Amino acid sequence: MSFDSISEFFAMGGHGLYVWLSYAIALAILVLNIINPVMQKKKVLTDLARRLRREKST
Amino acid sequence: MSENKKWLPRWFFQLASPRWCYDITGKLLPGFVIAMLLLLVTGIVWALMFAPADYQQGNSFRIIYIHVPSAILAQSCYMLMAIAGAIGLIWKMKVADMVAKSCAPIGATIAIMALATGAIWGKPTWGSWWVWDARLTSMLILLFLYLGVIALHSAIENEVTAAQSAAVLSLVGLVNIPIIKYSVEWWNTLHQPATFKLTEKPAMPPEMWVPLLVMVIGFYCFFAVSLMLRLRNEILQRERRAGWVRELIEKQ
Amino acid sequence: MNLQTNQQLEIKEPALMSGFVAVLKRDLMLAYRRKSDLLNPLIFFLMVATLFPLGVSPEPQFLAEVAPGVVWVAALLATLLSMDGLFRSDYEDGTLEQMLLCPQPLFLTVMAKVLAHWMMTGLPLTLMAPLLGVMLFLPGEGMGGLMLSLLLGTPTLSLVGAIGAALTVGLRKGGVLISLLVLPLYIPVLIFGTGAVQAAVTGLPLVGFVALLGAMLVLGLVLAPFAISAALRISVSG
Repeated sequence: MSFDSISEFFAMGGHGLYVWLSYAIALAILVLNIINPVMQKKKVLTDLARRLRREKST
Repeated sequence: MSENKKWLPRWFFQLASPRWCYDITGKLLPGFVIAMLLLLVTGIVWALMFAPADYQQGNSFRIIYIHVPSAILAQSCYMLMAIAGAIGLIWKMKVADMVAKSCAPIGATIAIMALATGAIWGKPTWGSWWVWDARLTSMLILLFLYLGVIALHSAIENEVTAAQSAAVLSLVGLVNIPIIKYSVEWWNTLHQPATFKLTEKPAMPPEMWVPLLVMVIGFYCFFAVSLMLRLRNEILQRERRAGWVRELIEKQ
Repeated sequence: MNLQTNQQLEIKEPALMSGFVAVLKRDLMLAYRRKSDLLNPLIFFLMVATLFPLGVSPEPQFLAEVAPGVVWVAALLATLLSMDGLFRSDYEDGTLEQMLLCPQPLFLTVMAKVLAHWMMTGLPLTLMAPLLGVMLFLPGEGMGGLMLSLLLGTPTLSLVGAIGAALTVGLRKGGVLISLLVLPLYIPVLIFGTGAVQAAVTGLPLVGFVALLGAMLVLGLVLAPFAISAALRISVSG
């Protein structure tokens, strides 16, 4: 552990803004890259299911 | 064809089958998700709490643990995109085209991550948000190359033509990658030299570079997960008329 | 049998060269007949260079400092402007399809077309560059470097731009897309081009920059025609 207290950990020796900002951006981009295809998959599946139903009904 | 089969392994031809790819990625995904979560969580906790602060840069040094992996990943992702595009061009492999297409948005966002973290790191280190340093600039060029490939993909309606055109463009852009690599020596600016070199021992102490290595591998696992997720969507969409996709959807 | 192959070879050898010359002549003739197409990039080149003193500062000292970059950026944009038309008219009237079908290797046809394009844009731009240099107070020692770097750099610009033109020839809105695809690839040429001019101004040896520009030109000459032909085949068949 290189920090003595929680407040020191958040302050990051005065560079807290930079460190936390960059980690937040990185996390947001990583999560976005996982969530986006998962959501897309749901859309693709419902889309294809609807298409299939329409083909069967005609 | 028989000539080809002699020097190429069997799995290479199996890769050409979208169905086989869909099945195998489905089996591999859970493993990669677990590896990604384990590596990224340990890496981030290690990087933020246990790695020692740099004696010159203090705690802002901790940005390296996301900046370097994202920069490495952005470059490898471009490499994979170009190679997959070349395979698609040469062997007319649908799956390779789909891999190349799925790489572009991931690579672009990771390049943005590398640029953003680099810029934020620059503020406490160099005193300004943006420095026209060789490697930041070449990362920006890499982002432009990604954006060009994405723009070309969306401009051409025919999927096959779009994939082939994008493959040619990404191969042309691949010529740019060595320039990115060697730009450090060419312009010789204030950026620190590459952290990892294959031929030399890293200049950092192990308690600094081991978490970095964990993060790099974690980022690669993340890339594999995101790529497989996108690839599976792409396969379903492009193969929507195939029997096995219909069966799959009916089962749900 | 042997005699026959010999005969074929004899016929084939001159046919390659004459095909190249024929395409080159045709493109130059077409450009000569549409003189406005020939002049427009040059006027654009001049205008961009005029905008800089108006937009930034007319101070001779400041202008002399930015002159290499301004001239190079203007030349780059002027080349890009003319790029869209390289294959467009041939594509629209079906000539391009004939070129793809004919036994003449596409590599040579493409080279002839790019050479013609360079002779109509890059070469006049190079010849006009000293005028812009004078307007922007570029020191006299830099003129040689400016012309030499443009002479070696503009063919590379034409070659790389032709890849973008070939990729977008089938698209209706190709113009903006070309700049998006090609500009990032122009950056190394721009860097070493302006570097050469700055070196010439400060009296440093030019050899390194000229060698790098030459190396990029050779690389472009060897690789770009393959990419252009592949892109043309994809665009026309798609």
